[in-house]
Amino acid sequence: MKRITRRSILAAAPGAVALAALPARAEKQYGPGVTDTEIKIGNTGPYSGPASSYGTIPKSMAAYYRMINEQGGVNGRKINFISYDDAYTPPKTVEQVRKLVEEDGVLLIAAPLGTPTNSAIHRYLNQKKVPQLFVSTGATKWNDPKHFPWTIGWQPNYQIEGHVYAAYILQHKSDGKVALLYQNDDFGKDYLKGVTDGLGDKAKSMIVLAAPYETTDPTVDSQIIAMKSAGADVFVNTGIPKFAAQAIRKAAEIEWKPLHILSSVGNSVGAALKPAGLVNAKDIVTDFYIKDPTDPQWKDDPGYQQWVAFMDKYYPEGDKTDAGNVYGPSNAATVVQVLKQCGDDLTRENVMSKAASLHDFTVPMLLPGIKINTNPTDFAPIKQIQMARFDGERWQLFGPVISGEVNG
Amino acid sequence: MTSPPKETAALEVALRRETEIGRSAKSLGMRQLAIGAAIVVALVVPFVVKNFVIFQLTLVMVYGLAILGLNLLTGFNGQFSLGHSAFYGIGAYTAAILMDQTDVAYYWTLPCAGALCFVVGFLFGLPALRLQGLYLALATFALATAMPQILKFEPLEPLTGGVQGIAILKPDPPPGVPLDADQWLYYFTLAVLLVMFAGAANLVKSRTGRAIMAIRDHPIAAAAMGINTALYKTLTFGVSAFYTGVAGALGALAIQFVAPDSFTFLLSVSLLVGLVVGGVGSIPGSLIGGVFVLFVPNIAERVSTGLSGAIYGIILLLVIFVMPSGAAGFVRFAAARLGPM
Amino acid sequence: MELLLQQVLAGLATGAIYASMALAVVMIYQAIDHLNFAQGEMAMFSTFLAWQMLQWGWPYWAAFVVAVALSFLGGIAIERVLFKPIQNAPILSQLAAFIALYGILNSSAGEIWDFTIKSFPTPFGTTPLFGQGLISTHQAGMIAVTLVMLGLLYFFFRGSRLGLAMRAAATNPASARLVGIRVGWMIALGWGMSAAVGAVAGMLIAPVVFLEPNMMLGVLLYGFAGAVLGGLSSPGGAVAGGFAVGIIENLAGTFVPYVGRELKLTIALVLIVAVLMVKPSGVFGRAMVSRV
Repeated sequence: MKRITRRSILAAAPGAVALAALPARAEKQYGPGVTDTEIKIGNTGPYSGPASSYGTIPKSMAAYYRMINEQGGVNGRKINFISYDDAYTPPKTVEQVRKLVEEDGVLLIAAPLGTPTNSAIHRYLNQKKVPQLFVSTGATKWNDPKHFPWTIGWQPNYQIEGHVYAAYILQHKSDGKVALLYQNDDFGKDYLKGVTDGLGDKAKSMIVLAAPYETTDPTVDSQIIAMKSAGADVFVNTGIPKFAAQAIRKAAEIEWKPLHILSSVGNSVGAALKPAGLVNAKDIVTDFYIKDPTDPQWKDDPGYQQWVAFMDKYYPEGDKTDAGNVYGPSNAATVVQVLKQCGDDLTRENVMSKAASLHDFTVPMLLPGIKINTNPTDFAPIKQIQMARFDGERWQLFGPVISGEVNG
Repeated sequence: MTSPPKETAALEVALRRETEIGRSAKSLGMRQLAIGAAIVVALVVPFVVKNFVIFQLTLVMVYGLAILGLNLLTGFNGQFSLGHSAFYGIGAYTAAILMDQTDVAYYWTLPCAGALCFVVGFLFGLPALRLQGLYLALATFALATAMPQILKFEPLEPLTGGVQGIAILKPDPPPGVPLDADQWLYYFTLAVLLVMFAGAANLVKSRTGRAIMAIRDHPIAAAAMGINTALYKTLTFGVSAFYTGVAGALGALAIQFVAPDSFTFLLSVSLLVGLVVGGVGSIPGSLIGGVFVLFVPNIAERVSTGLSGAIYGIILLLVIFVMPSGAAGFVRFAAARLGPM
Repeated sequence: MELLLQQVLAGLATGAIYASMALAVVMIYQAIDHLNFAQGEMAMFSTFLAWQMLQWGWPYWAAFVVAVALSFLGGIAIERVLFKPIQNAPILSQLAAFIALYGILNSSAGEIWDFTIKSFPTPFGTTPLFGQGLISTHQAGMIAVTLVMLGLLYFFFRGSRLGLAMRAAATNPASARLVGIRVGWMIALGWGMSAAVGAVAGMLIAPVVFLEPNMMLGVLLYGFAGAVLGGLSSPGGAVAGGFAVGIIENLAGTFVPYVGRELKLTIALVLIVAVLMVKPSGVFGRAMVSRV
C-alpha cells in the first residue's frame, strides 16, 4: 500500500479538484434494491392452487430475465427477479408484496398476476409509492393515472375487447340475438360490461342470455344448450381455454352454428381449438395482440423463431402451446425497456416516468403493426388488436389493426 | 358389585380427566408461568421486528382466533364443520362494509361482525341438529360454497362491491399513542385475542363447557342426564360462528381488502388443517394452528415453487405422523413423560 | 317443455360424471368410514398415467387396463404406507392426511404434465346419440359403464365370500377378527378397489371435461353431494344421487328465475340439505342406529 505522505496528497489534489468539477453525468440515483451491479424487482403469481395454470407466466418471465442477465444485464446491472406464490388469494398477495417491499426491498413490483390479487395491493403500493408495473391482468381499472399514479396495465383491457366485439356484431349482425359465456369473477364481468356498453342502447334487446360459469364447474354444456334454446345466433365466448373448448365442442355437437366470437383468453390453437376439434372451430372470429405460438403461419417469422430459441434454451420445460409463455417474455421485455431507459437514474419516480413515456415500442411476439405507447395520461400500453378468422387450420388475420380506448 | 353401565363410566372418565386437568398446584403454576411468559414476549415483539413481520404475526393471531371458533364447535362439541370460511367471510365483509359505507369506528365492527355471525350460526345450527358426521359436513360445505356466490351476486353489488371487492384503510392508532398503524393493529388484535381466549377457557371449564363436551362424547347419556342437547348444540354453533366472525373482521382490517373468492371452501379446509395441527380440543393449540396455516405454505414455497403444494402435503403428513393428536397432544404427552406428575 | 327435456337429458349426461365419482366415494366410505378428499386427485393421477401411456403409443385398452391395475395397487400402497400408521389417530387427523394427499397428487401432476388441457380419447366415439346431440355415444357409454360397475360391485359385496368379509371388516372389525378375517388387508383391498373405480371414472370423465390437474375438484364435490343425497351406505343410492345432482343443477341453472344462473350450485346444495332434513341418512341410506 502506498504510503500517504504530504507529497502524495499534494500530487493528488489537482485530480481531486478536477473530479469535483466534472458534470453530474457520472452521478447515479438509486432507489431501493439497486446497486451498481443489481436491480431487484418483485413479482407474485399463482404457482399453486386452482389458478396454477397461470403459474407458467411468471416462470417464463424469470426465464426471460435469466436470458437478459446472460446477455449482460441492463446497463451492466443484473436483474434479480424475486417471485413469490400467492395461490391467487388476495390475503396472501398482500403478505407477499409487503415482504417484497418491506423485507426484500425491491425497486418495483413487475407484472403481479390476477385481478383480485392486484386489487388487494393497489392502494398499498400507491401509498408506499412503489411502481406496480405492467400488471398481468386485463382489467380496465389499472388505467387511472390520476388516482393511482403508480399503477400501470399492459395488455389490451377486457372492456376494449368487449367494445370491439360489440362493434363487430353491430356491423355484421345488427339484428342478432346475443348470448355470452363469462367466468363469474371480475375478469369475466369486465368482458360482459365491455360488450354491453359497446352495444349501447341495443344491449337490452340484443343480449338474450348472459351465462356465467364457475371454475369449479365440470362442464358448461348446460349453458350452451340454454343458449341455443333461447334462439341466440351470436355467441361471445370469453371462457378460459378449458371452458372455451368445451363450449365450442358442445355447440358443434348440438348443431348450433351462431356467429361465434372467441376472446383472446381462449383462442390458442393448441391449448383450446385442438382439444375442441379443429373442424368445430371453423369460422370462429377472435382478436389477437400477440402471436399464437401454435399457429403455423408464424413458422418462418423471425420473432417467432427467436421466441422458440429462447424457450429451448431458458425454459425447455415450458409448454410451447401455452400462450402464457408468449405473454410472460413480452411483458418482461417491456419492463427491461423501461429499466434501460432509466439509465443510471434508477429511482422509483424515474421508473414510473419512463413507463409513462414509451413510444412505439415493440417486442418480437407482438402482432405486426401493434405498438406499445404510453404517456402521463394514458396508462394503457397496448390498446390495439386485430381480428382473425379460423379457417379450420389456422387463424387468418383480417381487417385493420383496431385501436380501443377505454379508461378505468 | 356390578360394573357401572357404559355411559356413566364414560362420564366418570371425563370427570376424572378433568380433575387431572385440575392437576397438582405445581403443574398449574407452571402452566400459568408459561402463559405469562408468552404474553410478555408477545408484548415486546413489535419493537424488535420489522413491520412486515408484525403484519404476519397479526395474521397468525387472526387465524388462531378463527381456528378457536372451529375448535369450539368441532373439537369441544363434536359437530363437524366445513363451513367456517362462510362465518369468517361474513365477519370480514361486515367490517369492510361498515368501514366503507358508514362512519362506524373500527372497533365497533368487531361486535357487529360477531353478533351477525352468532345469529347466522345459531340459525344454521337449528337444522343441523338433525344431521351428523358426513351429512353435517355436506350441509356446512353447502354454506361454504354458497358464500362466495352470494357475495358475487349482482343485485347485492351496491352493498358488497361484487366481484371487485371492497378496499378499506387500516385503523390509525389513537392520537398521542407513539405506535404506527401496524403495531397498533397488532396490539389491538392481541388484546381481543387474549380476551376471547380467556372467555373460551372459562366457557370450557364451566358447567356449560362440561355439558358441551358431554354431548360430544356421549350424546345419549347427556340427554338422559337432563342436558338440553338441542339448545347447547345450537348455542355452540352460534358461539363458534361468533369467534370466527370476529377473526374475519380483524383479518379484513389487517389485509385492508375483501373479495368473494378469498372466502371459499378452501379456507375452510385450511382452518381444519390448522385445527388438527394445533390439537383438536385444545385452546392454546388453536394459536399453533394459526402459525402453521400462515407460515408453512411460505416454507413449502421456499423449498420448491413448482411443487409447493406437494411439500405442504408432505410437511402436513409428517406432522400428523409424529403428532397424531396435534401439537397440544404432543405437549401433553411430553409433559406427562418428562415433568413431575 | 322442450328445453326442460333437453336440460334433463343433459343433466343425466353430466350426472353420469358425478355418479361414477360418487360410486368411488361410497366404496371407500364403506371400507374406512370416512370421505377421502384425495379421491378425485387419485382418479386424475390415474388418468394422467393412462394418457402418458397413450402418448407412448400404447393402444387404448392396454393403457386402460394397466392404469386401472396400477391404480388398484397404488390404492393399496397408499393405505399401507400412509394410513395404516395413523389408523388409531383421531378422525380429524386422518382427514387432514387426506388433504395432504390431495396437495401432493395435485401439485405433482401439475409439475409432471403441466396445466394445459389435454384431450383424452373415448372408446365409445362421440357421435350424437339422440336428442339432437344432447347425449353423445360417449356419455351413453359412461352411464352404461357406471351402471355395470355398480352391478358388479353389488354382486361382489352380496354374493362373494371376499365381499362379505370386507363388509364384515368395515361394520364390525372386532367380531370380524374373531372369525379369522384379516381386517387390515380388507381395508387395504377397499382402498385398492376404490382407487380402481376412481381410475375408471377419471378415464370416462376426462373426454368430457378435458384432462388437466384441476379437473376433478368440482366433480369430487358434486359426487360427494350426490353420494350424501343418495345415502352413504348405499352404492345404488349414491349413483342415483349423482344423476339427481346433475339434473337438479341444470334445472336450477336454467329455470330458477333471476338467481338461478349465478347461484345454481348453492340452490342444488340447499335442496340436498332440505332432503337431508327429511331423511338425515340420505334418500336410500340406512338410518344409523347407535346402541346405548
